[in-house]
Amino acid sequence: MLTRFFRDFRGDVVAIPGRLIALIFFVLLFLIPAFTQQPYILRILIFTNMFVIFAVSWDFISGYTGQMNFGHALFFGVAAYVTAMLNRGAPLGPHWPIGVTIPLGALAAVVAGVIMCLPALRLRGPYLALVTLAFPLILLGIIFANTQFTGGELGISGIDRISDSRTVDYYISVVVMIVSVFIMWKLTDAKSSLVRTGIIMHAIREDEIAARASGINTIRYKLFAFAVGGFFAGIAGAMYAHFMRIAGPSSLDLTLSFQAIIWTVFGGIVSIYGAVVGTYILYPLTESLRFISEYRMLIFAVIVIVILLFMPEGIAVWIRDKIERECPRCKLTNVSWRHQCRACSADLY
Amino acid sequence: MIEGIIVQTLVRGSVYALLALGFALIFGVARVLQLSHTAFYMLAAFGLFALTDAAFLGGIPFISNPAVAIFLSILVTTGIGLAVYKLFIDRVREHHVTVMLITLAVAMAFSEIMLIIFSGQYRSAPAFISGYWEVLGVKVAYQHILVFVGAGVVLIIIWALLTKTRLGIAIRATAQDTEIANLMGINVSTILFTVMGIAAALAAITGVLVAPTLVLEPRMLWPPFIIVMAIITLGGLGSIKGSVIGAFILAFVEVLVVFLLPQGAFLQGACALLVMVIVLIFRPEGLFGIVFEEERL
Repeated sequence: MLTRFFRDFRGDVVAIPGRLIALIFFVLLFLIPAFTQQPYILRILIFTNMFVIFAVSWDFISGYTGQMNFGHALFFGVAAYVTAMLNRGAPLGPHWPIGVTIPLGALAAVVAGVIMCLPALRLRGPYLALVTLAFPLILLGIIFANTQFTGGELGISGIDRISDSRTVDYYISVVVMIVSVFIMWKLTDAKSSLVRTGIIMHAIREDEIAARASGINTIRYKLFAFAVGGFFAGIAGAMYAHFMRIAGPSSLDLTLSFQAIIWTVFGGIVSIYGAVVGTYILYPLTESLRFISEYRMLIFAVIVIVILLFMPEGIAVWIRDKIERECPRCKLTNVSWRHQCRACSADLY
Repeated sequence: MIEGIIVQTLVRGSVYALLALGFALIFGVARVLQLSHTAFYMLAAFGLFALTDAAFLGGIPFISNPAVAIFLSILVTTGIGLAVYKLFIDRVREHHVTVMLITLAVAMAFSEIMLIIFSGQYRSAPAFISGYWEVLGVKVAYQHILVFVGAGVVLIIIWALLTKTRLGIAIRATAQDTEIANLMGINVSTILFTVMGIAAALAAITGVLVAPTLVLEPRMLWPPFIIVMAIITLGGLGSIKGSVIGAFILAFVEVLVVFLLPQGAFLQGACALLVMVIVLIFRPEGLFGIVFEEERL
C-alpha cells in the first residue's frame, strides 16, 4: 500500500509542476514560524489565510457556476456579526465559546447564501451581479439603523481570541485554509470519479440550458454552490471576527466584495489555485505598502490594471500555461519542456 | 411635506437620470459594465472646483470665469474618458469580468489621485446663481432649479440625437445587433468611441451641475455609483427610457424614506436597493429590458 501511495504521489504530484509547487508552498507555510516569530509578519499571514478562504469561496460560486456574485462580503459579514453576537452574550442569550460560535456563524452564512440565491435562480449575468451587490448594502443600512444591537459604526467589540499565542493562531489559520481549499478543489474537480459536482458546475457555467436539457437539476446545484461557498466564506468571516476581536460594518463593505473578485481574477478565475496565488501576492503586497499609505491604493489599482491588460486570464493561469502542457492524445498533464508525453509518448508539438 | 417630497424627487431624480443615461448608453452599445462612470462625475466636479478656487488655478483671470471653467472641466473630463476607453477598455472588451475589474480599478485610481492632489478635506464649489425661489411653499435654491432644467435640456438633446440623426440611428443599430450593424457598413469601433465620449460628457455635465450643491471630496463617487447601478438594473440594462424612469422611481423612494422614517438617512440606500431587488424578482429583465425567449430560465 505504501508503494502504491508512493507511485500515486510520483505520478500525480511530482510529475505535474503546478501541484509540486503547491505542495512545496504548503510545506513552506508550515515552516514559516520556525524562521520568524515576528508578530507583524504572522499577523499578515493569518489575514492572508483567511482571505484565501474568502477568495476561493468566491471562485467556487462565481467562477465555477458562472453566477457573478458581487456581494460576497454578505457571507463574511453575516458570519462575523453572528459570531460576535453569540460570543458577546449579554443582550442576546448566554456567552457561547469559540468552538460553537464559528460553526454557527458559518451556518448563518449558509442561510444568507440560500436567501441570496432565491433571486439568483431567475436572474443572470449583470442583473445577478447587481442584485447580489445590493444584499450586503441593505444589511448595512439595517445595521446602521439598529445601533442598540449592532453597535452601528463601532461594531461589536470585546469578543474572545482564537488562542492566546500568535503562533497557534497562525497554525489554526493555515490548517483551516488548507482543508477548506482542498475540499473546494475536490468539489470542483471536473475529472473526479468521486463527486459529480465539479463537472456539473462547469456545465452550468458553459451552457445552463444545455445542462437542464441533459437532466441536471440546475437549481439544486446553484443552491449547493451558494450554500457551500457561503459556508466557507462564513468560516473566514467568523475567524476574522475572533482574530480581530471586533465585528464592524467594514466586514460588509463593498470594497471587501470587490477585493475577493480582484484577488481571484488577478490570480486566475475558475481555478481554485488562482485565488490562492492572487491573494498571497496582492494582500501581503498591499499590507507591506502601508509605509507609503498615501499611494497604497493607487499602486494596488495600477498593478491590477497592468496585470489584467497583459494577462487577462490571470497570473497563475498564465504561469501554468508556461510550465504545463496537456498531451493531445491522452489528456495527461506534462511538464512543458518534455517533447513526448510521459504516459503515451505522443508528440507534444 | 408632499411639496417637499415632489421637489426633492425631481431634483435628485434628474441627477440620477443623467448619470444613469450615460451608463445605459455604454452598456447598450458596448455590452460592458463601465464601472468608472461616476469617477468622471467626480473628476468634473473637482475640475470646476480647482478652476474656480483661488488656492488652485482660480488666480488665472480668463479660465476662472465660471462659464469657461464649466466648459473646460467638461472638455477635459471627456478627454480623460476617451483616453480610458482607448487605453484600457478597448483592448479587453471581449472579457466582461476583466472590463468590470479594470474600470473599477480605474475608478479607484482616480479617487486616490484626487485624494493625493486635493487631500481628504471637504470642499465646495461656488454656486452659479445664489438665492431661492418659493414654489408651493417650499424654498428651492436656484441652483437646484438649474440642475433640474439643465438635466431636462440635456435629456432632450440626447433623445433628439438618438432618434433624429444618422449618428443616433447608427448607435441604436449597434446596440441592437453589433454584427449586423457592422455588416451594414457602420464602423462599430468609431460608434463605441463616440458613445464613450457622449457618456463621459454626460457624467461630466452632471458633475459640474451638482458640484455647487454638494460637499466635494474624493470619495464622492461611491454613493451614486451604487444607486446608478441599481437604476439601470431596475429600468432594464441598456434601455434609455428605463434608466430615466428608474432614476425617478428610486429618487422618489429615497426621498420618501428620508422624509417619513426615523433613521431615514441610513436606510435610504437600503430601501432603494430593496425596491430594485423586489422588482427584479417579479421582472427578471427589469422594467423595460428586453429578454430573448431562448435566454429565459
